[in-house]
Amino acid sequence: MTEATVRVVLPTALRDLIRSSGAADPGADVSVTVAGPATWGRVLAALETRYPMLRGTLRDQATGARRPLIRFFACGTDVSHTDADQPLPDPVQLGREPLLIVTAVAGG
Amino acid sequence: MPLCLRICGVATREEFAPRRRARAENGGREPRTVTPCGTVPRHGRCGRAGEVAEVAVRVLIGTRKGAFIATSDDTRRSWSVTGPLFAGWEVYHVQASPVDPDRLYAAPSRGWFGQTIQRSDDGGRSWQLVGNDFRYDGEIGDHFWYDGTLRPWHFTRVWHLAPSPVDANTVYAGTEDAALFVSSDGGQTWPELTGLRCHDTAPNWAPGAGGLCLHTILFDPRDATRMHVAISAAGVLRSDDAGLTWRTANRGLRSDFLPQPEADVGHCVHKIARHPARPDVLFMQKHWDVMRSDDGGDSWYEISGDLPSDFGFPIAVHPHDPDTVYVVPITSDTEHFPPEGRLRIYRSRTGGRYWEPLSKGLPQEHCYVNVLRDAFATDELEPCGLYVGTTGGQIYASADEGATWTTIGRDLPAVLSVEVQTLR
Repeated sequence: MTEATVRVVLPTALRDLIRSSGAADPGADVSVTVAGPATWGRVLAALETRYPMLRGTLRDQATGARRPLIRFFACGTDVSHTDADQPLPDPVQLGREPLLIVTAVAGG
Repeated sequence: MPLCLRICGVATREEFAPRRRARAENGGREPRTVTPCGTVPRHGRCGRAGEVAEVAVRVLIGTRKGAFIATSDDTRRSWSVTGPLFAGWEVYHVQASPVDPDRLYAAPSRGWFGQTIQRSDDGGRSWQLVGNDFRYDGEIGDHFWYDGTLRPWHFTRVWHLAPSPVDANTVYAGTEDAALFVSSDGGQTWPELTGLRCHDTAPNWAPGAGGLCLHTILFDPRDATRMHVAISAAGVLRSDDAGLTWRTANRGLRSDFLPQPEADVGHCVHKIARHPARPDVLFMQKHWDVMRSDDGGDSWYEISGDLPSDFGFPIAVHPHDPDTVYVVPITSDTEHFPPEGRLRIYRSRTGGRYWEPLSKGLPQEHCYVNVLRDAFATDELEPCGLYVGTTGGQIYASADEGATWTTIGRDLPAVLSVEVQTLR
């Protein structure tokens, strides 16, 4: 696969951050095209290129490590702990299923 | 549309609330002001015809759930409050450039998404995201953790922003874990001044309950390359070369929780303040003890005197009288609320030791809020105004040096910081 177009669902707060920065509302999900096979590392890099205001909000800018309270789900599976260069499941690669970026639940 | 609050504490989402409704919301009394406040007024005139006022004071309020800006004329009797800006984000600090009053910097952060920095070039009416890459430079050392083990330095958030007194594009940021960063391009890039974090004593620094935070940056008004910083829990360090090299400035401090109570570092300094006319005199609210230095921090002595408690967080100096100092005593290190549940600001007109309570207009029963270290500020009008934000979301203001107090905001999120711009 030379390229993959991946649908990404962002947390609402980050959609708000994009809008408040003057960019158009990205909508319920964002499609980004990356060199295949798509990995969450490549998807995040593409997101940050399109929306520079997201830099540092999902992963550490120095190390690339996922922020602790951010998780990635694909096809009902938590892929947060897979390597950033691990290919995402095929339905995500093909755009049939989104990559969900989910924040830890806050409550109490 | 931003929420609009009035001094009476009533909120409305209408930019121009009808007077009838405003009267009803004010218990049948005529409201003290009806000010359109959908946007933040710049310095200049604001309000409707016949009700205009010259904005003389702008109060910058950081809270757990966003930032707010309050404005008033020089009477400081009525206020317009706009916000929340950056709704939902913890705003540890909002600060203005002393060079350009329309240049503001804010530090919203969030546990999920980390740090952002916002900049306004129009007095808070609009904001733009600028750089947020706070990267420790070079070797990442270790510092003590609560349990005595060593932990590597880890960036968590910006606690304090200090715009340069000589250049609107230069701003310093104090962070947790404690380090000092400086931007010289209006907040776009943030190189670290590594001389501080790599100081010989840094491995012996340890976090206070709030984290290992650099929370105070003071410039010497005679020379902006000379500065003091305060770190909890390390103490005070000073630099005479724009932050390249540092030396500790903690002689005279005593902290009984330390194995060596008079150690060179490890002190939980909560805040330091100075008066520009007498820059070698520094005042300190420490974890316990209110302290003073007459030699630029080379040595300190206690001035707690007759305070009901010498535990507290903020300390402020009267803008026109270097001998007048304010603190907000709280009961103890485990009871972060005012003694007897009565919120009293204490004022010394003698540079310490002798203190008087100021309470008229402040809650005098069942008050169990705290005032955090950056949540006390003064304006420069005559007589000077005082502004205090509480963890209960109240903003109290005095237009007469603390003799009487009114409430600007009553139900805001917990207040983290209060800064004031005097625009006239």
